[in-house]
Amino acid sequence: MHPIVRTVLQRLGLGLLTLFVVSIIIFSSLQFLPGDFATSVLGQAATPETVAAFRRELGLNEPAVTRYIQWIGGVLQGDFGSSFSGRSQGREREVMELIGPRLWNTLFLAGMTAIIAVPLALTLGITAALYRNSFYDRAVNATTLTTISFPEFFVAYILILVLATLWKVFPSLANVRESTELADRIYMTALPALTLTLVIVAHMMRMTRAAIINLLASPYIEMARLKGVSKSNVIIKHALPNAWAPIVNVIAFNLAYLVVGVVVVEVVFVYPGVGQLMVDAVTTRDIPVVQACALIFAATYILLNLFADIVSIVTNPRLLHPR
Amino acid sequence: MKSKSGDRTAGDLLLDMRDIRIDGFSDDVWHPIIKGVDLKLHRGEVMGLIGESGAGKSTLGKAAMGYAQPGCRITNGTIQFDGMDLRAMNDAQLRELHGSRIAYVAQSAAASFNPAHRLIDQCVEATVGHGLRPDDEAKTDARELFAALQLPDPDNIGERYPHQVSGGQLQRAMTAMAMSSRPDLIIFDEPTTALDVTTQVEVLAAMRDIVEQFHTAAIYITHDLAVVAQMADVIKVLRYGETVEDAPARQMLKKPEEAYTRSLWAVRSLEKPQETSEDIILRVNGVDASYGSTIKVLEDVTIDIPRGSTVAVVGESGSGKSTTARVITGLLPPMKGDVLFNDEPLPLALKDRSKDQLRRIQMIYQMADTAMNPKHTVRDIIGRPLEFYLGLSGKQLDERISELLKMIELDDSFMERLPSELSGGQKQRICIARALAADPELIICDEVTSALDQIVQEGILKLLLRLQKEFNITYLFITHDIATVKAISDQIVVMFQGRVVEQGMKNDILSPPHPDYTQLLLSSVPEMDPDWLTQLLESRGDGSGMSASGN
Amino acid sequence: MSTDDQTYSAAGEVASVAERRTWWDRTWRNLKKAPVTAWFGMIVISFYFILAVFAPLLAPYGESQIFDTPYAPWSSEFWFGTDQLGRDVLSRLIYGARNTIGIAVATTALSFLIGGSLGVMAAINRSWLDQGLSRFVDVLMAIPSLIFSLMLLSIFGSNVINLIIIIAVLDATRVFRLARAVSLNVVVMDYVEASRLRGESLAWVMRRDILPNILPPMVAEFGLRFCFVFLTIASLSFLGVGIQPPTADWGSMVRENAQLISFAEYDMKAAMTPLLPAGAIALLTVAVNFVVDWFLHKTSGIRDEK
Repeated sequence: MHPIVRTVLQRLGLGLLTLFVVSIIIFSSLQFLPGDFATSVLGQAATPETVAAFRRELGLNEPAVTRYIQWIGGVLQGDFGSSFSGRSQGREREVMELIGPRLWNTLFLAGMTAIIAVPLALTLGITAALYRNSFYDRAVNATTLTTISFPEFFVAYILILVLATLWKVFPSLANVRESTELADRIYMTALPALTLTLVIVAHMMRMTRAAIINLLASPYIEMARLKGVSKSNVIIKHALPNAWAPIVNVIAFNLAYLVVGVVVVEVVFVYPGVGQLMVDAVTTRDIPVVQACALIFAATYILLNLFADIVSIVTNPRLLHPR
Repeated sequence: MKSKSGDRTAGDLLLDMRDIRIDGFSDDVWHPIIKGVDLKLHRGEVMGLIGESGAGKSTLGKAAMGYAQPGCRITNGTIQFDGMDLRAMNDAQLRELHGSRIAYVAQSAAASFNPAHRLIDQCVEATVGHGLRPDDEAKTDARELFAALQLPDPDNIGERYPHQVSGGQLQRAMTAMAMSSRPDLIIFDEPTTALDVTTQVEVLAAMRDIVEQFHTAAIYITHDLAVVAQMADVIKVLRYGETVEDAPARQMLKKPEEAYTRSLWAVRSLEKPQETSEDIILRVNGVDASYGSTIKVLEDVTIDIPRGSTVAVVGESGSGKSTTARVITGLLPPMKGDVLFNDEPLPLALKDRSKDQLRRIQMIYQMADTAMNPKHTVRDIIGRPLEFYLGLSGKQLDERISELLKMIELDDSFMERLPSELSGGQKQRICIARALAADPELIICDEVTSALDQIVQEGILKLLLRLQKEFNITYLFITHDIATVKAISDQIVVMFQGRVVEQGMKNDILSPPHPDYTQLLLSSVPEMDPDWLTQLLESRGDGSGMSASGN
Repeated sequence: MSTDDQTYSAAGEVASVAERRTWWDRTWRNLKKAPVTAWFGMIVISFYFILAVFAPLLAPYGESQIFDTPYAPWSSEFWFGTDQLGRDVLSRLIYGARNTIGIAVATTALSFLIGGSLGVMAAINRSWLDQGLSRFVDVLMAIPSLIFSLMLLSIFGSNVINLIIIIAVLDATRVFRLARAVSLNVVVMDYVEASRLRGESLAWVMRRDILPNILPPMVAEFGLRFCFVFLTIASLSFLGVGIQPPTADWGSMVRENAQLISFAEYDMKAAMTPLLPAGAIALLTVAVNFVVDWFLHKTSGIRDEK
């Protein structure tokens, strides 16, 4: 087998294994629930019979392994069980029903941010590295160092203050609906996307700059300069083929970070996404929803990192051309 | 057979550097690295630029291209190359010269080739990029250069990637790269320093021939005088950024003017009369060892070390000489065989040895920098074994530390210093004192002088010899440097690929007849004689091969 | 040859040797050379420190003292107005410094205690312990920490102790990685081997050889981890699942007063109220980042020199 295929398969296997272990951790969190939990979900009026029925439904009487297999089997078919909330009134809903439309909203917000942030950050980072120690570099550096220190909600509220209340350019609430037209949707999502962009660009730019500077310090880059290779060719022919791995790693790392940043921003802008749902579920201790959200976020995070690793493997000349 | 120098006619002046001053930036200030150096080079002439670490030779070499490496700036002087003023040129004009008329060969070929491109593409890049030749013509020429540089399979080796060929081959490919544009001047920046001694000979010969063939001028930068003797027509000695001496190679080797120049081969003039003893202090007995895997790093290694004498273990990288030391110290318990100390078997693993057993065998390392905790003072470093093994404390401890400092020719003023406040030679002396503090019977010296400048090496070797006489200490001396071996050893063990090739008294090993490998190893060590390489190649070339060249 | 003997002496050997200075002297020299940003950072940090320590003396009113008018405007009586329940915003800001920073420092310290000691042990041991811990940490790090802490808080409930333990354990994974990596760099040094060959105990090697040499990067990391922990706790409190009322805390204060922002047209000062605690958080993280940036530059500069 070609070593590239072997390494990629190994990495994929490791990724799957990680996902598996993470799913076990998320599942077993249910074990730690306090004993009186059923009562708090079903309300004070619950009879011992309904509590027993609820426990049976959760499968708390069966062995953990059986329950895990049932749970993960359901998850693989898109079934996360039913939500705790509304149980006391007997109006329970499927978790998937709650998450489905919100997942799409979150992906829309993250996607919109990524489309703006990735090219912007790479351009800033690469130019700052090329003109290292120039005024431009120092200015960008100081600005981003400040920006990464800001909590997301601070950036969000400053933007709301300036762009939504003082000058009414964008709406301060991003409560999109399924029926919202694309143009309106983009308009309403502008502020949350801008907030996330500011935070992400700062991180991504700094990491890109560091990666490129590290690359440009390689002896083969100095060798290329001493061969009289033109400035643009040093970058295009000598730096770029070796830059894919570090750059893709930076992008993946920051998109994974985006997954987390989305939670706070969704709450600020009352944006109906998975993050907001998860926070609500945490406050009401709606465990099946929390588990589903956590699994979705973790899986995204793991898959992004897996993707970055695979790109570094397939662009590594030492693996591409084995001895 | 072409002979290297003498019959080469010096052409017109090619490079004229005057009063060059270069500053380097570190610790937030600019400070001078090159302090007003002149350099003249004629067409077709090879200049050896020699000096110890920190002399600024590499910086000066790059300055000859009009290039200041990152963190450096040229502050003064003129650089005339073929009548053009390089310092007055802008970047684009310099780029026109680089890779076309001036080429550069770097020390670490492995790091200086781009891992993402094929060798041949990198070799012709500058030639094609500067429009000197079309691509196919340049590649045909590169293949011929590969052949001339005696690379294996010259027609196809260019299709490989850098990580697919060996270090010596890469260094030759880099010479081909430099030669591709037929430059007027090549800067060789320590091109053979990273290579093993047997590989170095072949690469040197290839470089010398090709430079001669195309009548290219070259600046050859190295710290090894014997290497430069083979390559250069003229030699320039640098120290602390200043010229010490300029002279034609033969003249300088025969009659150096300056004391500093003479000190550069200080170690080569040391020689210890050999002694022996019947009393074996340590015996490594039929040892096999490996690092976890099934590949044996040592195979059936047996070494006897007589009391009070110095046994030198020589070999190239990968010969297993350092692994042998790890087996003796217990860091790497062997798979088979044992280690007898004073006729008693030592426990194989470090953790099973008693404090007293540990005390009797001490070790001194190659890099004194990393062998001392940078946060401990000299007092802590020397005092610890005294406390730990001998239970000294208070006034007794201070007195003993003071005595030890005297033994290594330092005084009490060093007591409170940190390692970073010591020079290279002083650091190694402190390490010797630390070993001595344990009152050991055997000291393992692992390449203890190879990181030091020549004159400091000499001082350290003399100190070791004196201490041996005073305290009847036994040394196991691991080294790859034959000059050091001659200077210090009584017995020699030659190792190759994890096996002992030969063990015996120094004079027996160093005089013929030799087993094949010993012959190859010994004959590959460059000598000060400028005709050494020529004669060696002749003797290797004439079939009978293994005659005693140079002896 | 004998002429060389006379010209050479070990004690007089010339070298580019650093001058000897005392610790205070060195520190002062470094401080004098510190850039403006670092000075700014240090002054801000000291200011916050004083606020946190002397909060009861500095605050005009009590932490949860309630007055008649909720959302009172800025005035000489209530400098920054009152919040939705009628509590003085300035007093809560000052107490918030104590609570928010105190909890973040405690969490970071706990995380370093766990992650640091395990990391160093893993680096020395390098066998089953290292393997086991490293794999475990890999898995924990595969879940984004904010998500993981949200999940754990939903299960164990939100209170200060749970918050500190959960965040500290999750953050300890990062500390573990760094401590292990920097210790590995030290463990491979010859002087550690020399100590082992001497027969020194593991405790001695850890305390005398490893600890002093991993301290500079770990101090810098403490600053960075503190910022991260501080922001995570502030975010959780902002989301309503971190520090719980009535404890004054900057993250919750932003959440409680957020609505005021929409009144910017009518009362600009009131609209600034939620930005005050948010700004206080931002200012401290900026300050710490500036100091760490300078510190890293300083220590890496020393490494370059060598």
